Amino acid sequence: MIRFDQVSVHYEGAAAPALSGVDLTVPEGELCLLVGPSGAGKSTLLGAVSGLVPHFTGGTLHGRVTVAGRDTRTHKPRELADVVGTVGQDPLAHFVTDTVEDELAYGMESLGVPPATMRRRVEETLDLLGLAPLRDRPLAELSGGQQQRVAIGSVLTTHPKVLVLDEPTSALDPGAAEEVLAVLQRLVHDLGTTVLLAEHRLERVVQYADRVVLLPGPGRAAVAGEPAQVMEVSPVRPPVVELGRLAGWSPLPLTVRDARRRAEPLRERLAPLAPPVAGAAAPATAPVPRPRRASLLRRAWRPAPVESGPAPAAEVTGLAVRRGAVPALREVGLTVRAGETVALMGRNGAGKSTLLRTLAGLHEPQRGTVRVGGAVPHRTAPRDLLRYVGLVPQEPRDLLCEDTVAAECAAADRDAQAAPGTCRGLVTALLPEVADGTHPRDLSEGQRLALALAVVLTARPPLLLLDEPTRGLDYAAKARLVDHLRGLATAGHAIVLATHDVELAAELAHRVVVVAEGEIVADGPTADIVVSSPAFAPQVAKILAPQHWLTVTQVGEALGGGGAV
Amino acid sequence: MSDRASALHAGAWWVWALGLAAAASRTTNPLLLALLVGVAGYVVAVCRTSAPWSRAYGAFLRLGLAVIVVRLVFAVVLGSPIPGTHTVFTLPEVPLPDWARGVRLGGRVTAEGLVFALYDGMKLAALLACVGAANALASPARLLKSLPGALYEVGVAVVVAMTFAPHLVADVRRLRAARRLRGRPDRGAKALLKVGLPVLEGALERSVALAAAMDARGYGRTAPVRPAVRRLTSALTLGGLLGVCAGTYGLLGDAGAGYGTPLLVAGLAAALAGLRLGGRRSVRTRYRPDRFGPRAWLVSGSGVAVAALMIWAGSGDAAALHPPAVPLTSPSLPLWPAAAVLCGLLPAVTESRPATGRKPTAGTDATTPEPSSPPRRRAGTPAGRPGPGPRTRPAPEETS
Repeated sequence: MIRFDQVSVHYEGAAAPALSGVDLTVPEGELCLLVGPSGAGKSTLLGAVSGLVPHFTGGTLHGRVTVAGRDTRTHKPRELADVVGTVGQDPLAHFVTDTVEDELAYGMESLGVPPATMRRRVEETLDLLGLAPLRDRPLAELSGGQQQRVAIGSVLTTHPKVLVLDEPTSALDPGAAEEVLAVLQRLVHDLGTTVLLAEHRLERVVQYADRVVLLPGPGRAAVAGEPAQVMEVSPVRPPVVELGRLAGWSPLPLTVRDARRRAEPLRERLAPLAPPVAGAAAPATAPVPRPRRASLLRRAWRPAPVESGPAPAAEVTGLAVRRGAVPALREVGLTVRAGETVALMGRNGAGKSTLLRTLAGLHEPQRGTVRVGGAVPHRTAPRDLLRYVGLVPQEPRDLLCEDTVAAECAAADRDAQAAPGTCRGLVTALLPEVADGTHPRDLSEGQRLALALAVVLTARPPLLLLDEPTRGLDYAAKARLVDHLRGLATAGHAIVLATHDVELAAELAHRVVVVAEGEIVADGPTADIVVSSPAFAPQVAKILAPQHWLTVTQVGEALGGGGAV
Repeated sequence: MSDRASALHAGAWWVWALGLAAAASRTTNPLLLALLVGVAGYVVAVCRTSAPWSRAYGAFLRLGLAVIVVRLVFAVVLGSPIPGTHTVFTLPEVPLPDWARGVRLGGRVTAEGLVFALYDGMKLAALLACVGAANALASPARLLKSLPGALYEVGVAVVVAMTFAPHLVADVRRLRAARRLRGRPDRGAKALLKVGLPVLEGALERSVALAAAMDARGYGRTAPVRPAVRRLTSALTLGGLLGVCAGTYGLLGDAGAGYGTPLLVAGLAAALAGLRLGGRRSVRTRYRPDRFGPRAWLVSGSGVAVAALMIWAGSGDAAALHPPAVPLTSPSLPLWPAAAVLCGLLPAVTESRPATGRKPTAGTDATTPEPSSPPRRRAGTPAGRPGPGPRTRPAPEETS
């Protein structure tokens, strides 16, 4: 269905080709997963299938790409629109019209499908994707998962033979991601659609793939094959594969179910070993021994009981925040101590970001109190607040406003009234390879996040807030981030991160706080909260439950530096 | 009523609203103007949907009030050309140099001047209220969908531009918040200017992403057209537009009254033929186009009737429609023009009938949140395909 014949893509002005010598065949009706580290050319390969590379992006394509027998050199993207459907990472950037039904019909209108057929296909697609109750709703009011489903539906109505998706689940909470993946499964099984998708979060998708294509990085040949075989050699691996490699299982398990069936001996061997401490390292101060589980009923939080030790880095009591007419938070109570890492979890729109932004003084509380190291965030002038709390927003790029990394660092030093060179020092520690003159726009997602983090850390805030920090990061960038944040926590920073990434929370957090509909519904040590939850449990916890192991690293250390079981 | 099957053609609402607006422009009688605004408001209250644009009416009303206030402030500060005898109060007059003769700052404020300014402001406010009603009842985007095929691309451009405005506002908010996070002031004009460049950059990137998405979805596919047809299309369109221009010029000038009308008509015909031919290049089809049904004729007809009756009343009894400010008299409500304005309520009357008459269908579509899901949505489905969602009981409307 899709054929790549010695394909190389070279963008204008780039030092190295984005893709070189790719040979690839994807047969009809397969779900093919594209994996590889950031910058390996995954998006370029996807773009080449839909013809956007090189017709829209520029650059030179050598070799030949054929989709359903059409050569993309002679067919523009619009002439491939009836065989290839493309869905990007951000569904909002994809929408042309303003309501669900119109959006589903748009592609067919462009292709000149007869009105009667259009009508039938729209109804079918509404049912297939479970969108019927939303048909008249404006697109902007939908949740992230719903928007992603509409985006998929909008390309499905033209009955494409090939569906191309670039990180369809990376912005979604675990539940919404499963919704989208279930739809893809159904397309492959029921309609025989060929699906090609790229995704960083392998733990979510690898079990659905019929075939995995690995792009190992610039200058190295692509590897395609059975998922288990490719995972043997892949530099990016989900935790279930990591655990399989640690335990020496062969063939490697790809699903939690496979791994669980083989894990019996491992569980027995781990049973007598000491249960690991959550978050790998104990907090600098005494860990909070209060597994508080708030009931779903509203109740006002009592102020945290007085304990010995330093004042909390952040203290929130009885907090209610409205955004417009909508109550975003109600009766929220939370205490974060120095040296503690707290993960906020919950579905899209549950109020995690609002809580972080309120702590950073961006929202005024309607009721209740917020204290950040003794300051009231929304009443403190921005330049003073900087020294109490720092927030890295969901889009780290928003924080960066200069043309070069060096200028950015100088501006950060001025903002924080820090000694010149403070920020640059932090950047060098985080990103040794980045030159002074680089434009922040040319950095990769991970590098940009590191730069924003350095900018925020220049003022040495005791409380660090991160909103969805691992979106778009590959495993290597994530591992670097985890190491760095652990170091900060050990140095006494309190860290609060809002995340959908259950693996990140398992690696990093001492405590997990689950937010739903603006209320805190669970708050306790990471292991207690996530092991019992089907949505928030990391893969290792699912495999080794009921034991409280969360990460492969913990298991490896407990087994004494690894080794076959 | 947010359902598209029962939605009225957007053009009908605009004709209706523009009819009311034309009527409003013909009178300065405050009672008639208030009646007009009341009629428009009532129809909006009855017929509007839950769509996001339906909140536009409130915004337009506020804008109208602001217009009245501004008009009155100008009348007070700059004085009024209306000669008046009833002095309300006197402001200290600012002496102006010789070259600014004819302009006055401060001075005597008369009741006549104020009343005149109020009437004038009310007229503008009523016009705004009528436009606001059209906006609230039918989004301009839907109106654009009814454009002929050759103008389709213009329509898309406008729709895309309109969805960009809210994105821009959101961007500005996000970047101002980011400035605050960097410890910089986020209020004031300077802060707003500083986020200008990144906002524009973001908008540009979004446009490129959208253009890529549209291209990949088949935007701009054209059907092969013979070169002769293409040339004929260009010639007809260009020639037609030139004819329209020349015809209008002739009609407006005093010399060309003879050739003006025929030239205008011929130009219009040529331009329309050009548009029609141009539509051949487009392979597009329309998904559920708005139909101009009997109700649409009624609604647009009522608007036209209001305008026509008001113009006719104006030619008969001009004094009643323009109560004089000098000498001060209390305006009276002229009976016939008022009755004419009430014709504008027709859409509200026709609206309430189907909503109550079709109740038995409620609840058959369990997945639709709206309680009354009108039946025509499915009756119009080709091949009688059942609608979405589980059926809880047989749907009687399938046969209607």
